Amino acid sequence: MALDNKKEMEVIPKDAAKIRKIWLTALILLVVTAIEFVFAFTMPRGILLYVIFILLTIVKAYYIMMEFMHLGEEAKPLFYSIIVPLIFLVWLIIALMKEGADIFLMRW
Amino acid sequence: MSSTAIQVNSKRGIWGGGNEPLKASYGKLMMWFFLLSDIFTFGAFLITYGAIRMSYPAYEGAAADFVSSNEYWPIPERIFDAFPFFHGAHLPLVFVGLMTFILIMSSVTMVLAVEAGHRNDKNDVVKWLLWTLLGGITFLSCQAWEWTHFIHGTDDGTMLTYINSFNNIVTETVYGANLVVNEYGPPAFAQLFFFITGFHGFHVTIGVVLLFLAFYQAAVGIYQQRGHYEMVEKIGLYWHFVDLVWVFVFTFFYLI
Repeated sequence: MALDNKKEMEVIPKDAAKIRKIWLTALILLVVTAIEFVFAFTMPRGILLYVIFILLTIVKAYYIMMEFMHLGEEAKPLFYSIIVPLIFLVWLIIALMKEGADIFLMRW
Repeated sequence: MSSTAIQVNSKRGIWGGGNEPLKASYGKLMMWFFLLSDIFTFGAFLITYGAIRMSYPAYEGAAADFVSSNEYWPIPERIFDAFPFFHGAHLPLVFVGLMTFILIMSSVTMVLAVEAGHRNDKNDVVKWLLWTLLGGITFLSCQAWEWTHFIHGTDDGTMLTYINSFNNIVTETVYGANLVVNEYGPPAFAQLFFFITGFHGFHVTIGVVLLFLAFYQAAVGIYQQRGHYEMVEKIGLYWHFVDLVWVFVFTFFYLI
């Protein structure tokens, strides 16, 4: 019964600018990944390289969350309840990498 | 008792029901909170990786002369250099680059499906969901191949001295990887590889199941009947999250 009286929803025409923006974001993500590859094979390994990698990763995360997940369009309280915990998470990563380095000094 | 009465601002009208906290629908709000808790789980894995990695000696010397040993942490570009059908060729990070490309492209087709859902365009939703589904299955297949190669190891293996699961110190040539010993580096390296990429792969598997559900329901017209494509949007959030996690796994595991 329910499926018999099919509701015909009106199809809204494509907005070319919106779709172009999606593909542009995809291009940015791929270019940033390509840049990471170039750095991985041309730069000496070290703390500077790691900082560059992490910054480029955050750039990619920004585009995925803002353009693909539309987090920026959500209400501000929701936006901050997602973003603020992530800032603490970044701090925890840095703190425990330092802790790991100290364990290394104690062990060797 | 009028002094204890609570003044309700009639403008907000929160007691009447039917309003949406944070202006998001129930389903989307819960998906966001689930994703936040999942971010903490993956965060814990990556924090563990960072802490354990820094507590091991790093390999000193040129990357080209790298030799595997369980004394120091391996260089990822010397470990992940295999590609299907190119046996024995040294192709550093090419395969994982391909996997990253596949996952990012499947995220793009997913966002196109969500966009088509906003426009009530059933044909476009079905088309883009199918592409996303294909991308997810391809990614999982790539990961299956990578795990197989990682577990079986290289032709030569590595001569290692280690404590085996019977608590004996042995010196022998080790091929591939398991949770006790691996030919690439310290045991923790393979353990973390299995747990982090495995947990991510598990998420991709669930995502593929959800995508198939959305693909089927969109194709038979259930969402059209319902009057909206919100389910595609919610599954889209989950799928982008899986892509987001991969971006971090890629950096921490394969680049650093």
